[in-house]
Amino acid sequence: MTNLHTELKESIIEQLNLEDMEPADISNDEPLFGDGLGLDSIDALELIVLLEKDYGIKLTDPAQGKEIFVSINQMAQFIEENRTK
Amino acid sequence: MADVTWLWFLKQKKNKMSNQFYIQDWVKIKNGEIFNSGKLIFESTEKELNLFLKECYEFLEIKYPKFHKMDGLSKLGILGSEIIFRKNKPTKDTALVISNNASSLETDKQFQESTKTFASPALFVYTLPNIVLGEISIKYKLQSENAFFISEDFNAGLLKDYSESLLSSEKTSRVLCGWLDLQNGEYDVFLCLVSKEKNIPFSEESLKKLYCAENDKPTHRT
Amino acid sequence: MKKLYLLEDAIISPLGFSTKENIQAIREGKSGLKFQKPEFTENQFFAGIIDETLLNQVFSKIGAIEKFTKLEKMILLAVKQLLDKNKNLDLTETALILTTTKGNINLLKEPGDFPESRLKLSKLGKIVANFFGFKQTPIILSNACISGGLGLAVARGLGNSGKFTNAIVVGADLVSDFVISGFNSFQALSTEACKPFSKERDGISLGEAAAAIMVSTEKPEISNVISLIGDASANDANHISGPSRTGEGLYISIQKALKDASISAEKVGLLSAHGTATVYNDEMESIAFHRSGLQEVPIHSLKGFYGHTLGASALLESIITKHSMLNNELIASKNFGELGVSKSLNIIQSNKHKEIYYALKTASGFGGCNLALVFKAEKE
Repeated sequence: MTNLHTELKESIIEQLNLEDMEPADISNDEPLFGDGLGLDSIDALELIVLLEKDYGIKLTDPAQGKEIFVSINQMAQFIEENRTK
Repeated sequence: MADVTWLWFLKQKKNKMSNQFYIQDWVKIKNGEIFNSGKLIFESTEKELNLFLKECYEFLEIKYPKFHKMDGLSKLGILGSEIIFRKNKPTKDTALVISNNASSLETDKQFQESTKTFASPALFVYTLPNIVLGEISIKYKLQSENAFFISEDFNAGLLKDYSESLLSSEKTSRVLCGWLDLQNGEYDVFLCLVSKEKNIPFSEESLKKLYCAENDKPTHRT
Repeated sequence: MKKLYLLEDAIISPLGFSTKENIQAIREGKSGLKFQKPEFTENQFFAGIIDETLLNQVFSKIGAIEKFTKLEKMILLAVKQLLDKNKNLDLTETALILTTTKGNINLLKEPGDFPESRLKLSKLGKIVANFFGFKQTPIILSNACISGGLGLAVARGLGNSGKFTNAIVVGADLVSDFVISGFNSFQALSTEACKPFSKERDGISLGEAAAAIMVSTEKPEISNVISLIGDASANDANHISGPSRTGEGLYISIQKALKDASISAEKVGLLSAHGTATVYNDEMESIAFHRSGLQEVPIHSLKGFYGHTLGASALLESIITKHSMLNNELIASKNFGELGVSKSLNIIQSNKHKEIYYALKTASGFGGCNLALVFKAEKE
């Protein structure tokens, strides 16, 4: 697991108020939405803000989020490829 | 003459029977204390709002992870309703008639602050006072009448009149009504469950009495 | 429950400063939505904003422009029109029901010379009451985007239990930076003027307005009169911002309102939908309308004319519905292209003449709330 993976998990826990959760509780390939972490549409919007704030990536099409927020692995890969900070 | 008196009495009784509603249970959360139907059930010296709310959540063993995502007003609403609905299983048509002074101003300010950098959608969604009614409805599966009123002070008359109009017109059989205010970290919650089952008569006077019972100081104004 | 009679009304919007001007404008297909480019977002969008210079010019005839906020001026102008037509109204007895989602929220960012207390909705109520001399404590309702319509239901409920005979119901909201940044963070703003129920719809357009109506539990001595004969609100109990996929709350509120009015769905001659033009909202409405057997009823959304005026919308649209019933006219659903919801609907595509005896107004809002109102026309 890279630093980015851990960093992402930490900021997701903080940003989405996932109380009582530790980075270790989130697996890298577990789905973030639906049955996995059980995130919802507002969380997805909040993750879009997180991408812009922490990594300088601007998503203009909310549908794009669906493909990126599949899992921590997917998110980390997308960030590596597109980050501007 | 006696007959007339008797008829009058019957009419009163009939009116009473068809139009009288009762307060079944009530809860009060203020100054680190939770009262349920007059009994102190929890107290804490925690001054920080979110920590206090978490203490209450743990005390009640609610186990509802969504709770942590809510704003202060919604957390207070869930805590208050949980205490009442645990003892009185809610029906799907239990109406929610709630009021306060500050609307959602506490969260409005936080959202406004976030717009200086990145506007937060998770804060924006709580910038309406009636969101707490939605949170209560989701948690207890109520597909009922909702109304959120704003008044300067606890307006027992309005709460009683509107709740009674919903009950009398049979739009609902039960109403959770009361006051749910949060400003500058200070909270003032008073919720009561009203229905036809005999108990404390639902009147402006009893609402005022119960609301003020554990209040040593009146609700704040600005 | 008794009827609530709808009497004089007033609309202050980008389309005009009276109901008459507003009706004429929408009849001609004019829209108040204009291209906007705010400083704080890169996203362009359309919104219906009232020209403040024009507002001040009109307001200066009744009050000092620097003493009141934009929203207050809009509300005061609307209420003034009603009182001018009802010179004998006893203000010690008349109830004032004020509905809004955000009131003077723009003051949070730019307070100007106004004190912080001006943000409070109870203060807003006091300002309106004191300006005209209403003696009853104003009833203030803030229930997301159903607020204005719910104000009518509250008036009916309280009027029915004898709390008052006459009331003035007001609905008002602004297009503030606050709501623009909020809906922008929700990625819910359309880049063009919103297109309710259309295939190419991609979000809402915001709008601002103040709407006011005089209501009474007593039948007025006029030959043609519209009354509210059924109302119900219901929560989805599903999600605080996303509409229910099955339209459950809206369906329940429609069923209950029709039952309250003692009429069946076939009797409804006009359906004034919420129709915000977000992908999920309009889809949800089409499902709820289908489940209610309303698919053949002529339906429109007025959001293409006004945008989403939030707390004012359901009242503003009820007032337009009232006039459609009195004038026997169906107003075309502005910006409608090709049907873009999964269930068929009878969208009004051009203005038509039609006798309307019963109309249904619906609205839905954040917090999962839904509202249905049934109006009846009594014509001679």
